[in-house]
Amino acid sequence: MELLALAGGFLAAAVRVATPLLFAATGETLAERSGVINLGTEGIMLAGALAAALGATAWGPWAGFGAAMLAGMCLAAVFALIAIGARADQIITGTAITLAAVGLTGTIYRRAYGDAGVGLSLPTLPNVSVPGLASIPVIGPGFFDQPAPTYLAVAALPLVWWVLFRTRLGLQLRATGEAAAMARAAGVRTGLMRAGATIVGGGFAGLGGATLVLAQVGTFAERMTAGRGYLAIAIVVLGRWHPAGVAAAALLFGGATALQFLFQALGTRAPYQLFLMLPYVLTLLALAGAVGRVRAPGDLGRS
Amino acid sequence: MARLSRLAWAVAAVVLGLGVLAGGLEAMGYDAAPALGALWSGAFGSWYAFTSTTLVRSVPLILIGLGIAIAFRGGALNIGAEGQFYAGAIAATWVALHVAERPAPVAVISVLLAAALAGVLWVALPVWLKLRFGVIEVISTLLLVFVAELLVSLMVLGPLQERGHIYPQSDAIPDSARLPLIGGTRLHAGFLLALALGATLWFVFSRTWWGFKLRAVGLGPRAAEVSGRIDSQRVGAAALFLSGAMAGLAGGVEVSGVSYALYPNLSPGYGFTAIAVALLAGLHPAGVVITGILFGALEAGAGAMQRDAGVPAIAVYVVEAVIIIVALLATAPKGGWSGARVMRRKRPVASKAA
Repeated sequence: MELLALAGGFLAAAVRVATPLLFAATGETLAERSGVINLGTEGIMLAGALAAALGATAWGPWAGFGAAMLAGMCLAAVFALIAIGARADQIITGTAITLAAVGLTGTIYRRAYGDAGVGLSLPTLPNVSVPGLASIPVIGPGFFDQPAPTYLAVAALPLVWWVLFRTRLGLQLRATGEAAAMARAAGVRTGLMRAGATIVGGGFAGLGGATLVLAQVGTFAERMTAGRGYLAIAIVVLGRWHPAGVAAAALLFGGATALQFLFQALGTRAPYQLFLMLPYVLTLLALAGAVGRVRAPGDLGRS
Repeated sequence: MARLSRLAWAVAAVVLGLGVLAGGLEAMGYDAAPALGALWSGAFGSWYAFTSTTLVRSVPLILIGLGIAIAFRGGALNIGAEGQFYAGAIAATWVALHVAERPAPVAVISVLLAAALAGVLWVALPVWLKLRFGVIEVISTLLLVFVAELLVSLMVLGPLQERGHIYPQSDAIPDSARLPLIGGTRLHAGFLLALALGATLWFVFSRTWWGFKLRAVGLGPRAAEVSGRIDSQRVGAAALFLSGAMAGLAGGVEVSGVSYALYPNLSPGYGFTAIAVALLAGLHPAGVVITGILFGALEAGAGAMQRDAGVPAIAVYVVEAVIIIVALLATAPKGGWSGARVMRRKRPVASKAA
C-alpha cells in the first residue's frame, strides 16, 4: 500500500513536470516539421511565464493563459520575421530571441512587482480529478488528478497529429520541412507555412510557460524556465518529430526530474544528477540512431 | 572597403542596441540618462573599474569568442561552448586541488592544459556523432551543456565538495594554481593569454594554409572537397576541437584567475554571449578582442547600472540581443560545414542518404 502511494505520487509528479515540456515540445514539433528549429523556445516560454503572471494578477488565471499564448505568438513572430523573412540563421536568431526574452522579462518583472526578493504569490489552478478514474491506484493520481492544463496539453496531441498527418495543410507543412524547394515548385507557399508553424508553435511554448507559473510554481522568477525550452527541443528529437513519441519523451524527462523528489522522499543521498542526465544521453543516442531509427525533416534549419 | 563597412555595421549595431535600451527604459518609466551614465562609469569610469571589472569579465568572452570564430569560420555551429567551459572548469579545479606541492608555473600550466583538454573531450562526442552519423552539432553540443551543468552539480556535491560538506562548492584552489594578478588590480594574466591567442589566430587565419582551408570549408564544403586538396570533414572536425579547447581553457582561466573555486552558475552565460561577441567581430580575431572587451564593459556596467541607477542589470541582455540580430542581418553565416551532408563515408548509412 505504501509502495502504491509512493508510485502514484511519483507518476503524478512526473506528469506535472512533463506538462510545460509537452506544451513547448508540441509547438516545436510543428515548427520543426516545417523545417524551422527554434532555439528561441526557451525565451518564448519565459515570456509566456511572465505574461501569465501579469495576466493572472490583472484578470485571473485563465486570462493569464491567454496572455501567455499571445506573448508567445508575438515573440515567435519576431523570430519568424528575422529567420524566415530575412533568412537569417535560425540557430543564432533563436539564441538572440532567448537573450532578449531574458532581459525583457527580468526588467519588466522588476518594474511590475518591485525588486526581486519580494515574493510574488499567484493562485495556482486546482487539480481537477476525473470521477471514478482518479481512484485507480498509481495511474489515477498520475493521469486523472491533475490541473486543467495537463488535460489541455494531452488533448492537443491528437489534434496536432490529425492536422500534421491527415490534412492537406499538414501535408504541405511537412513537404516544406522535407524539401522546401520542391514544395515551392509544387505551389506551396513555404515561407507562409514556416512562419505559421513557428507562430502557432510559439503559442504552445507560451502556454508551457503559463503552466509552469499557474499550475506548478505559483510565482515568477528571473530565468525561471531554466533550460526547459532547450529541453523541449531535445524532446522533439527523442520523440522523433511525432506527437505520440513527443508525449512519451516528455514523460521520460518528467520522470527523470520526479525521481529527484522520490529520492528526497525516501531520504537517500543517491546522485540524482545522474538520472537527470539520462534523458539527454538517451536523446544523443537517439540522434545517433542507437534507439531505433530517427530521421530529422530534410530541410530542418535551412533558410 | 569591406572591412570598413563591417566596422560601420558593428558600430551601428551597438548604437542601435543602446538606443533600444534607452527607449525601452524610458517607455517603462525609468530615467534612461542616469542609467546609461552609470553603465558608462561602471565600465570605463576609472582605471580600477576598467581593469578589475570590464577586462576581467572580457577574458572568458574573448577566449570563448575566439574559439567560436574558429568553429563558425569552418561553418561548424558550436552552440554548446557553455558546456565545454564547465568541462574545463571542472578539470581545472580537479587538477588544481591535486598539485598543491608543485611550483607555481608548473601548477598553473597543468591546470590550464587540463582545462583545454577537457574542452576537447567535451566536444569529441559531437564531432564523432557528426562524422559517423551525420548528427547536426547544433543539437548535440547544446544537449551537452545541460549534462555539463549537471556534472558540475554532481561534482560540488560529491568528489569535489568542500571539506565541511555543507556548501555546494569546491575548496579554494591553492595559491600555486592561481594565475598571477597584474599590477595591483584584479586583472589576471589570463588577459595576456587571451591577447596572445588572438594574435596567434590572426596569423593562422590570414597567413597559413590551414586558415585558408578553414575558410574554404566554411564557405562551401562541396567546392572545397572537389578541389581535391581539402578534406572538409577533417578541417571541420579540427575546427570544432579547437573551439572546444578554447572554451575549456576559458573555464580553467576563470577558476584559476577569478573564482578560485568551482560552483554551479560559475558562468553567467559566457558561452552564449560569446556567440554574439564572435559574430559582431565578423569572426575576426582582433575584432573578437575588441567586441569581447565591449561586452565585458556592458556586463560590468550593468552591475553599476543596477547599483547606482536602480535599473535591473539583466536589461543589458536586450542590448546584446539587438546587437546579435543586427550583426546577423549584416553578416549572416550560411550553411558551410554545418549544413553540408556528410560526403565521405566508410560505409553507406541509409538513414541520412536522402
